[in-house]
Amino acid sequence: MEIELRGITKRFGEVVANSDVNLTIRPGEVLGLLGENGAGKSTLMNVLSGLYEPTEGTILIDGKPTIFQGPGEAIEAGIGMVHQHFMLVPVFTVAENVILGVEPTGRADFLDLETARQQVREINETYGLEVDPDELVENLPVGIQQRVEIIKVLFRSADVLIFDEPTAVLTPQEVTDFFQIVTALRDAGKALVFITHKLQEILEISDRIAVLRAGKIVGEGDPKQLTEAELAEMMVGRPVSFDVVKQPFAPGETLLDVSHLTVLRENDEIAVEDISLKVRKGEIVGIAGVQGNGQSALVQALTGLTRIAAGTIELMGTDITHLSARQRHKMGMAHIPEDRHRSGMIANFTVAENMVLDTYYDDRFSKGLTMRWKQVNEISAQNVSDFDVRTTSVFEMAGHLSGGNQQKMVVAREMAREITLLIAAQPTRGLDVGSIEYIHSRIIDARDSGDGVLIISSELDEILSLSDRILVMFKGRVVAEFGEGGKPAEKNAIGLAMAGATQ
Amino acid sequence: MSNTPATPTPSPSPSASEKLLQRAAPDRVEFEDLVIVPIFAVIVALVLGALTMLATNVSLPTIGLSYIALIQGSVGSLNALSETLTAAAPLILAGLGIALGFRAGLFNIGAEGQLLIGGMASVIVGFSLPDLPMIIHLPLALLAGALAGGLYAAIAGWLRAATGAHEVISTIMLNLIAFRLVDYLLRLPIIQKTGRADPISKSVLDSAELPRLLEWIDPNLRVHAGIILVLAAVFLVHWILFKSTIGFEFRASGENPDAARYAGMRSGLIIVLVMAFAGALAGLAGANQVLGVLDRVTPGFSAGIGFNAIAVALLGRSHPVGVLLAGLLFGALEAGGRQMQVSAGVSIDLIAIIQALIIVFIAAPLLVRKLFPWGFQRTDKSSRSKTP
Amino acid sequence: MTMTADTPSTTATRIKTGKLRQARITGGILIALAALVALVFGAGSSGDAVFRLSRASDPIVVPNLIVPATAFNYIAAAALAFLGARQFLRGGVRWTSLSLGFGLALAVAAFLVWATAGKSFSLTGMLQATVIRAVPIALGGLAGVLSERVAVVNIAIEGMLLAGAFAGALFGSLLGGMSGVIAAVAIGGLFGLILAALVVTYRVDQIIAGVVINLFVLGVTSYVSSQVYQEYRQLNNAPVFRPIKIPFLADIPVIGPVLFQQNIFVYGALVMVAVATYYLFYTRSGLRARAVGENPKAADTLGINVYRTRYINVIMAGMVAGFGGAWFTLGSVGRFDEGMTGGRGYIGLAAMIVGRWHPVGALMAALVFGFADSLQQKLALLQTPIPSEFLAMTPYIATMILVAGLIGRARAPAADGKAYIKE
Repeated sequence: MEIELRGITKRFGEVVANSDVNLTIRPGEVLGLLGENGAGKSTLMNVLSGLYEPTEGTILIDGKPTIFQGPGEAIEAGIGMVHQHFMLVPVFTVAENVILGVEPTGRADFLDLETARQQVREINETYGLEVDPDELVENLPVGIQQRVEIIKVLFRSADVLIFDEPTAVLTPQEVTDFFQIVTALRDAGKALVFITHKLQEILEISDRIAVLRAGKIVGEGDPKQLTEAELAEMMVGRPVSFDVVKQPFAPGETLLDVSHLTVLRENDEIAVEDISLKVRKGEIVGIAGVQGNGQSALVQALTGLTRIAAGTIELMGTDITHLSARQRHKMGMAHIPEDRHRSGMIANFTVAENMVLDTYYDDRFSKGLTMRWKQVNEISAQNVSDFDVRTTSVFEMAGHLSGGNQQKMVVAREMAREITLLIAAQPTRGLDVGSIEYIHSRIIDARDSGDGVLIISSELDEILSLSDRILVMFKGRVVAEFGEGGKPAEKNAIGLAMAGATQ
Repeated sequence: MSNTPATPTPSPSPSASEKLLQRAAPDRVEFEDLVIVPIFAVIVALVLGALTMLATNVSLPTIGLSYIALIQGSVGSLNALSETLTAAAPLILAGLGIALGFRAGLFNIGAEGQLLIGGMASVIVGFSLPDLPMIIHLPLALLAGALAGGLYAAIAGWLRAATGAHEVISTIMLNLIAFRLVDYLLRLPIIQKTGRADPISKSVLDSAELPRLLEWIDPNLRVHAGIILVLAAVFLVHWILFKSTIGFEFRASGENPDAARYAGMRSGLIIVLVMAFAGALAGLAGANQVLGVLDRVTPGFSAGIGFNAIAVALLGRSHPVGVLLAGLLFGALEAGGRQMQVSAGVSIDLIAIIQALIIVFIAAPLLVRKLFPWGFQRTDKSSRSKTP
Repeated sequence: MTMTADTPSTTATRIKTGKLRQARITGGILIALAALVALVFGAGSSGDAVFRLSRASDPIVVPNLIVPATAFNYIAAAALAFLGARQFLRGGVRWTSLSLGFGLALAVAAFLVWATAGKSFSLTGMLQATVIRAVPIALGGLAGVLSERVAVVNIAIEGMLLAGAFAGALFGSLLGGMSGVIAAVAIGGLFGLILAALVVTYRVDQIIAGVVINLFVLGVTSYVSSQVYQEYRQLNNAPVFRPIKIPFLADIPVIGPVLFQQNIFVYGALVMVAVATYYLFYTRSGLRARAVGENPKAADTLGINVYRTRYINVIMAGMVAGFGGAWFTLGSVGRFDEGMTGGRGYIGLAAMIVGRWHPVGALMAALVFGFADSLQQKLALLQTPIPSEFLAMTPYIATMILVAGLIGRARAPAADGKAYIKE
C-alpha cells in the first residue's frame, strides 16, 4: 500500500502547523521524518492517522483520494500509529489492550479473550516479539509496552506503521531490539515512518529521509549520502555547532556531598539505593540514565521534596538531610524541575507571579504577610528582559507563552538570584534548538562563575556536551562514573552502562 | 541567598521594560464570561421559572403578580431591603469560605455541616454565660461559632492533607454527621430548652445577640449587625487572596499543587488552613443566623444555606466582591420569594429552582453561548484552541 | 510531607515500613475492640441473649438462638485480642484485611449480644430490614460505579434518587405501580442525560454539575409537592409493591425471609448488580467503557467514541438510580415527601468507594450500611444506653476512615473526574 500526502496544510486558528507538505510512503521502506521539536511532525502524522482533519490538501491511498473522519477510519484503511506517549490502559492486560476497539466477541457481546490471546501469540511468533498476553500492562517495562503498541497496530492488520519518537524512552539496548523489529517489519513488506529529532538514529534505520522545518518539507535525501551536520543544518535552518565553549575545568571546594542516600517510592519500592556523590564549585556533574531509573526520586530527595529512607545530604558543610525544600532554597539551592507544566510553573498565573513562585516570601517581594506587587512586577520585568523571555508583558498568563519561553521563565526564576548550587532536571526537554542553546549557555555561565551544577537528563548528548563528570544511574544506583577520576567519557561505554551492563 | 540589591538595577532600555509592565485591556471573552453570561443566566432562569409555574397550572396573571411580588419583596421597601440583607448575610459568609476553597482547589461541600456546628457552638456560648457585658459576650459567641466551624472543617482538611482522602466525600460525610450530632446535642438536658420534649435549644441571652440596626425606625426591621461582619469578611478575604503571601500560596496550590510544593510551599498545611478558614466563615454564618435571626437552634436550622452558598460562590466566580453581589442576589430571591408565597400563593420552592438554573448557566458558559449566539462576539472556535 | 526526624536506619527495615504500619494500625484497632468488648460488653451484660430466627407461622420453625451473653463476649474479646496481637507482632501482611473484617464482624456480634442480653430480638427480621434498607444505597452505588467507570463523577445520584422517587409516586398514582417504575427509570435516565450533556458536551465541572442537579431536583420536587400536592392529594397516593414469595426458596429458614420474600426492588437490585458485573467485565461494551474511564485518549485513537460511551453509561447510571428512587415511594410508603431520600445518594457514593468501584463491592458495602441503618432502628426497641444518633453516624465515620485509606486504599478509574477534550 502506497500513501501520498499532497499539499497538506493544517492550521490551528492562526497558527500554521503544516504548510503544503508533499510526502510519499512506500511499502518495504523506512521513511525517516526528521525535525526539531515544534516543527510539525506530530501534527502531520496525526493528520495521516485520522486524528486531525487537514485544512487543505489530500491523502491518496494507492492513488485514491481518501478523507478520514476519525482514527477509526484510518485504522481500517491500514494505517497504524505508535504514539510517543503510549496509548495503553495500564490496568488492562496485554490482550485486552490489543483488542480494544476491534474485539472478537461471542454471543451477548461476550468478550472472546481466548481468541485474542491466541492471535497475540501468533503475532508474537511472526515477528519475534515475545510478549505475555495475560500480563498487566502497568507491570511491563517501557520497551515491552512499546511492543504491545506494535502488536496493537499489527492486530488491526496495518500496512503502514508510524512511529512517533519511538526511542525517546528506550535504553540503548532496547533501541537495538526495536530496530530489529523495525527491520523485520520492513522485510515483511510493511511501510514504516520513523519520526525523530535524533540525527544518528535516523541515519541508521531509514531508507529515505525527509526533513520538516516550521511545518514545511525542506529537504529529502538518501541517508547514505547525508552527514549528521548536513541534516542538522537542514533541520534548524542554520549551521549548528554542538560544541559548547567552557572555561577550563577548575573545580573548587565541595558544595554538595551526598552519602549513602536511599529513597523509597510511595509503594515502598526502592527508588534510589545507596547513592553517594559530590558536586564541587565550578563543575557540572551530569547524571545520565534512561528515564525511570530513580533520577526523579534523587532530585526530589536532594531538593527536599521527598522523605529519605537513609543517608545524609550536606550543602556547603551543613547537614541539610532534614531541612525542608524552602530551607534548602534559602541556602542557595536552585531547582529547575523536570516537568515545567506539572511542577515548574503555573499556567494560570501571570509571568510575574511565576517569577516569584518560590521567592515571594523574600523581603524584596513581601513585607510581613503583605505582597509587594510593585516590586514583584518590576523585578519580573527585569528578569524577563535579562533572560530573553518573549512575552508581551509580565501580566501575560504563563500558559500563553511558547514552551521555550516558559522554560526560560523557569530558568530566570531559579537563576536570577544568588545561588550556589543548581539542580537542573531535563532542562531542555521538548524545546527548540534556539532555546536549548540559550539555556545551555546560561548553565555554562553559572558553572564558569563558580556555581556547582547537577544536571539530570535522559538525553545523552546533552549530558556529554555539558558535563565535566558523568554518573550513570541504573535501577536506582550509580553504576558507573566517567570523566575526571573515572573512565573517559565515551558515548558507547556510557550507553552500555545506561543499559545496566556490568563492568 | 537573597543578596541581590533591594532596588532593581536600571534597565538598559526603559521603554521595553515599561511595556512589559503594561496590563493588557480585559479580553472581550473574559468580559462576556464575567458580565454577560451571569445576566443571561438570571434572565433565562426567571423565564424558565415562569414556564415551571405555567406547567403547574398557575395562571398567567398570577405569574405576573408573583414576579412583581418577587421584586417588591426584595427591593420594594425598606422592610424588603432589610429582609434581603438578612437573608444574604449568611449566604455571603459561607459563600466566601467556599470561594476561598475554590481558589485553593478545594471543593468544600461541607459548609452546611460547618454552619450547623458553628451555630451550635455559638448558641451554647450565647446562653450559658450570664452576666457578661455584650462587648465581651457577643464577640465570644461569634468566635465560638467561627472556631467550631473551622475546627470541624479542618478535619476534612487534615484527612486530605495526611491521607489524600478527597474532601468532597469527607465533607459530605461530615455534613451527615453534623446533622446527627446536632440532633443528639439538642436532647441533652444542659442544652435543651427547659420543659420541652422536642429538640430545641435554650435561647440566646440578650448580651450575645447581634443588635438590630434599624430598630429605631421600625422594630420589625430584622437587619442586624451581622452585615457589618459580612463586609469585614469580604475585605478580609479579598486581602488574603490577592494582597497577602498566604493568599498567594492558597492560589498557587489551587492552580497547581505540584508546582506549589516544588516552590517550597507546605501543601498539607495550606490545605488544612484553607479548610479551617472556610469552615470558620461557614461557622460564622451559622453564628450569624442564631445570634442575629433565630435566637436558638433547632434541627436543620441551617436550611440549606450551606448548599446555596456553593451556588453563591460559583455565581460570584470565587471573587470576594462577586460573592458579595451574588449573595445579595440570592438573598433578594429568598426575601422576594417569601413575599411571592404570601401575595401570589406560589410556593417559595420555586426560588430553589431558579437558583439552581442560574448556576447551571453560570457553570456552563458554553451552553449559554450556544443558546444565545447573538449575545456574544463571534469567536472562531479553532482560534481559541492552542496548537498541540 | 514534612521532614520529621527520621534517624537513618538500614534500608531493609524501612522497606517493610508501609505494610507494617498498616498491620500495626489494624492490630491496634483490633486490640482496642477487644478491650471495648471485654470491658463494656462483657462486663456489662448478664443473662442470655435470645435471637429469634423464625416466626411461629413459618412453614419450618427453627428454635431460637440462645447465647449466654457474658461468656460469649469474653470469648469474643479473647478472639479479638488474639487477632490483634497477631497482627501487631507478626505483621501478618497477607491477612490484614481479612482479620479486620472478621474482627469487626465479631465486635458487632458482641455488641448485639450485649444489647440483647436478658431480652429477645428477631435476628431474621433485622436481616430482612437490612436487605430492604440496602436497596436504594446499593442502586445508588451501582449508578456511581456505572458512571465513574467512564470517568464521570456522579454527585447527582442523590438528585436522581429523589427524581425517581417523585416520578414513581406521581405516575404510580396516575397509572399504577408498574408505570410508576417505568417513569422513575425514565426520569432517572433523563437526569443522566442532563448530567452527561453538562459534563461531556459543555464541560461543566463534574462536581458542580452534580451539586446543581441535586439542588434543582430538590427545588422542583419540593415546589410541585407544596404547590400541587397540597391541593390534589390523589396525585400523591401510589400503590406499594408487596413482597413476592418465591416458591420453596422462601420457606428456607432465615435465608428465605431475608432474600426470597422481598418486593421487586430487592430482586431488581440483585439482578442489576449481576447484569452490571457481566456488562463491565465480560463484554465488549464494558471493556470499552472501562477503557474510556482509564485512558480516554487511548480509546479515542482506537476509534472508540469517548463522548458517546460516556453519555450511554451516565444515562444508564441515571436509570439505575431512578429505579432506586422509586423504592422510596413505590417500595415503601407510596407517597412522596420533600427531600425524602435524606442523603442516601451520598451514602451510595460512599458504598461505591468502599466497594472499590465494583458492582458487587458496592452491593456488599450497601448491605453493611443497611445493616447499620436497621440496627439503629431495632436498637430503639431494645433500649440500649447508646444514643441512636451515634449509631446512625457510624457508617459515615467508617466511610471517612475507609476513604482516608487507613485500611488499604482502592484505586479510582484513572481519568475519573476529568473532562475529555477532543482535539
